[in-house]
Amino acid sequence: MPIHEKTLIRPENLIEHEELVLDGVDVSGHWSTFIESRTVTDYNEALQEEIAALPGGENIHRCWQCGSCTNACTVNAINPDFNPRYWIYLIRVGMEEELLRDKDIIWQCVSCNKCTYACPRDVFPEGVMKATAHWLELKGYTEKKPSMIFDEEFTEQIVASGKIEDGKVLRRFFQKTGQPLMQEWLVAMVRGLVFRLPVSLLMKMGLATLFHPRTSGWDRSRRAMEDYIDERHEADRKSLGLDMKSAEMGAE
Amino acid sequence: MSGKYDKVAYYPGCALEGTGHAYNRSTKAVGKKLGLDLVELKNWNCCGAMEVKNVDPKLQTYLSARNLSIAKDMGFDTVMAPCNGCYHNLKKAEYDLANDDASREVNTRLATKAGHTDYQSGDVTTIHALDWIKEGIGEEDLKSRVKNSLKGLKIANYYGCMYTRPRHIFPEKDQGPDSESTSKPHFMDDLLAAAGAENVEYPLKTACCGGAHTLSDSDTSTKLVLNLLETAEACGADVIATECPTCHSGLEMHQMRAEKVFGRKTNVKILYFTQLLGIALGLSPRKVGVHENMSESRDLLREKGLA
Repeated sequence: MPIHEKTLIRPENLIEHEELVLDGVDVSGHWSTFIESRTVTDYNEALQEEIAALPGGENIHRCWQCGSCTNACTVNAINPDFNPRYWIYLIRVGMEEELLRDKDIIWQCVSCNKCTYACPRDVFPEGVMKATAHWLELKGYTEKKPSMIFDEEFTEQIVASGKIEDGKVLRRFFQKTGQPLMQEWLVAMVRGLVFRLPVSLLMKMGLATLFHPRTSGWDRSRRAMEDYIDERHEADRKSLGLDMKSAEMGAE
Repeated sequence: MSGKYDKVAYYPGCALEGTGHAYNRSTKAVGKKLGLDLVELKNWNCCGAMEVKNVDPKLQTYLSARNLSIAKDMGFDTVMAPCNGCYHNLKKAEYDLANDDASREVNTRLATKAGHTDYQSGDVTTIHALDWIKEGIGEEDLKSRVKNSLKGLKIANYYGCMYTRPRHIFPEKDQGPDSESTSKPHFMDDLLAAAGAENVEYPLKTACCGGAHTLSDSDTSTKLVLNLLETAEACGADVIATECPTCHSGLEMHQMRAEKVFGRKTNVKILYFTQLLGIALGLSPRKVGVHENMSESRDLLREKGLA
């Protein structure tokens, strides 16, 4: 992995002077204005409680900002803007606007749990990332991200039949996210496989797409799970003070 | 060796019926060769994989616990799951049901509604395929059964995330030198060394392959996998040995994707540890499903005199 250079000053906080001479010294160029005083008035004082109310976010109050999570983070190593320690800080002090700057990358957590392993305070940062991504969607700050579309497609299939058929997940996911199924690298891979596999196994795989694997007698489990999911959705929305009407509209 | 795993319940999981079929085939073949009996759980269901917990964690606990209840109904106290995801989720369910009242309440409620046994923690122990061979057979016994030594094959052992993290769900790990380590796992290294292989020092044993977003954030996954592959090559490995179908197919898919999309080609081969053990025990590459892998490693096996 490369070592990243990262500036702590945002572009909008830079002033540029094409020609500036102070006391006879030429100081033209970029100037940082980060020391300008800044007053924050738009706190969301309930932010920590909102995240803590969603599954995974329960222990966020335990964080003491040591940064072990970010230090251990898989995604941070390839994108330095992905910073769990910082987001936990923003949530705890209620700086919602600042958090929203990163709303389009928080979902990229890969759930490797390196943060959870490193955390000395049992915050479960991986859970906090999932709760935060969930919160962003529930609040309507982001559209449904590809990972959530994938999670829901997956869950839907399991609830319906008890098992997963990976070919179907793949097709439905590409369809829902508007991507072509015939991606070059996938085609190359499948071609290699078809070339090598015996006809009997290929037939079996082909048949699996017609006769989906399923758990028999699953109906009662399915109904029990559907009821529970409805109950959870309602509870999550209630904890954020959202009414069910907009949930139904969102579902359409 | 101990004989404690001579007959255990087997939970293959969805991946082993699909993209990870070669792992299923090779696990069963190795079990047969070693005299370890596997009895598949009747009418099992998906454990929830890596996805259901993001919709609701307690739903995942229920799904996993249902499988544990089947093992109990069938009279087993041990269930073996070769897939890291399944293994992790069954362990997680066990932990949550032992420690969290809310999880217990939801599980009992759903199990009662669904009309099957309400699983109580402590009834069944979940083990990984690595525990199964390491503790059920052991290196000494394994060594004496090797017919086709893996001598000369350099292997990077890759364990992924879910075999060791989060550590609180694996209370039997980190309990002294004979137990598995969560920071530097060695069970696969031990078994392959017993089969004659030369394990390289691989610093990314428990790094992440991006399996959770293999499709939803492909570029991130490709970058993570490429790092695993290039590091394995830099360590001198001919092969990366895997013990998880998601990691395995992720490595294969993104090795191809890195070449097609990023223009970065790597030559290191990817094989399940059960395929390597099976070959060492004298099974043919076909018997352990090498032809079912998405990547091609038969040339290397021929070159090393293993096929």
